[in-house]
Amino acid sequence: MSIVKAVTCPVCGCLCDDIELTIADGKIVQVKNGCAMCETKFLEYISEHRIKTPLIRKEGKLVPVSYEEAIHKSAEILANSNYPILYGWSSTDSEAQRIGVELAEEVGGILDNTAVVCHGPSILGVQEVGIPTATLGQIRHRADLIIYWGCDPWSAHPRHLERYTAFTDGRFESSEWKSYLNKIKASIGMKKLASAARRSGIKQKCEPTAEDLCVEKPPETLNREGRNLIVFDVRKSMTAQMADYFVQVLPGKDYEVMQAIRALVKDEELDVDQVGGVPVEYLEEIVDLLINCKFGVIFFGMGLTQSAGKFRNIEVAISLIKDLNARTKFVIMPMRGHFNVTGANTVFTWQSGYPYAVDFSLGFPQYNPGETSSVDILLRKESDAALIIASDPASNFPRKAVEHLVKNPLIVIDPHMNVTSMVGDIMIPSAIVGIEKAGTAYRMDHVPLPLKKVVEPPEGILSDEEILHRILKEVKNIKSKSMEAN
Amino acid sequence: MKQKLKVTLLTGRTIEQGVGKEAGKATEKYFDSTTMCYMDSGDMKKLGIKSNTNILVTTPNGAVVLRAIKYPRGAMPGMIYIPYGPWANSIVSNETTSIGMPSFKGTPAEVEPAPDKSVLTLKELVKNQFGK
Repeated sequence: MSIVKAVTCPVCGCLCDDIELTIADGKIVQVKNGCAMCETKFLEYISEHRIKTPLIRKEGKLVPVSYEEAIHKSAEILANSNYPILYGWSSTDSEAQRIGVELAEEVGGILDNTAVVCHGPSILGVQEVGIPTATLGQIRHRADLIIYWGCDPWSAHPRHLERYTAFTDGRFESSEWKSYLNKIKASIGMKKLASAARRSGIKQKCEPTAEDLCVEKPPETLNREGRNLIVFDVRKSMTAQMADYFVQVLPGKDYEVMQAIRALVKDEELDVDQVGGVPVEYLEEIVDLLINCKFGVIFFGMGLTQSAGKFRNIEVAISLIKDLNARTKFVIMPMRGHFNVTGANTVFTWQSGYPYAVDFSLGFPQYNPGETSSVDILLRKESDAALIIASDPASNFPRKAVEHLVKNPLIVIDPHMNVTSMVGDIMIPSAIVGIEKAGTAYRMDHVPLPLKKVVEPPEGILSDEEILHRILKEVKNIKSKSMEAN
Repeated sequence: MKQKLKVTLLTGRTIEQGVGKEAGKATEKYFDSTTMCYMDSGDMKKLGIKSNTNILVTTPNGAVVLRAIKYPRGAMPGMIYIPYGPWANSIVSNETTSIGMPSFKGTPAEVEPAPDKSVLTLKELVKNQFGK
């Protein structure tokens, strides 16, 4: 039995690098420090859903074949297609992503990553107005006002609060964990009192309905010393429940609320009573907090990028940070989902000039999300083949887009059977990056971290990097032969 | 006539869906966590349903049967929340508003009780939609 320390978790954009794994008989048997998703990934990496051999669809059924056959067939499909989509890339290492760029250029296809259905609008927003940001380490040590807007880290990035924000002890700011526990104790007490009142027949206020849904007044406790946690969301998420103050915004009204805050930061007066369901007098109190903090940060998620306004929401959020920086110190950061989606954007940009939705069909990179983005190409039925790696668009794209994906030859490289591999034509199994393959991944704040290899992959299973390398070599062979023939 | 309720469809993450996706897309954990639909308790009363009753959610892009679950934290009247997954994505809006991002949040939808209809398994859903 051996213990491997300081393992980087290959699940979400937090890239927690303090995971401790116990290995026995070449298998991971215990996980320390990880969240629920991390534990599941490390403990269930070998399951019945793991694909043990390459598969090719023959007469409607997926049948086992050799790596050579699967790679050759994949290379043939890509080399002979006019407009293939090469999509995914966010759950593999940057070493594989780098080969992906070369392959996309070689076959003249679309190179796109999962940011297109995630933080693509954030990238567009950043390209419009820039981004004042920081590393998570700076935020951990200095931030005294933490805002989560349209995101629920408790569910999607479970250790974000305990490692980087409200519940961590930084050099200059302390953890608010104890005050949170006290709050829970107090709320349990309140519930007991309410239950006693109910039993004694005292009439209680009914559960809130649409008519009386309202934002609560900012509590007095927000003016105390220490870190404050504020959540803006359309529903009371788990993170919102933990926050010092929760602001419930009407769906699709984030843009209005942020513009109102911007006006108030600039000492302008608003001639309305409420914006996006939030009373202006509460917004004024929030603005006081924003201006009077020493180091504030806004983390934002899909609540902004997938709602009405999309990249305009991000643009206005970043503009708000710029305005606030005239009064105090503020930074902003997107809550990136997949563990290496930031890496995909970084590697694509470093190699092609563009972070996602890169079109190589004319022999040079072009970028115009809405036109060269994979969902749009699929909806317009323009692609004639696809290679999907380390992602599951059949689960995560709208149905109409998947219908076209399935109609054409579909190559899937993934360790597991997922929905895309169920409907694919060629399935190439790969080693799990960060468990069975070492590599590099970029954390959500663009800090690159090493991923460790802690166990051997199942016998004969290749890495994404090796599979792509072989496909690329084969594509070059096929193309040079066809040039010779011509 | 059965009562229908007009709502705004939101899709997003839950920790159970996160654990389910890591365990495997064909697992029971993933199925349970992605075939549910959070609803406001007031809205459920209007439809006369309780938690774990099946509902039919219809949008201009399709219809899917899911299990209604009462949202446990506060009110979210007029909204339903379905965790990301093939079931949610069979009804979300295709509209990418010319920037590549489909509208995963904010699709107008209708909810009606469907206690006699069952939730499709992953294999059934995939076969129905894509014929594979």
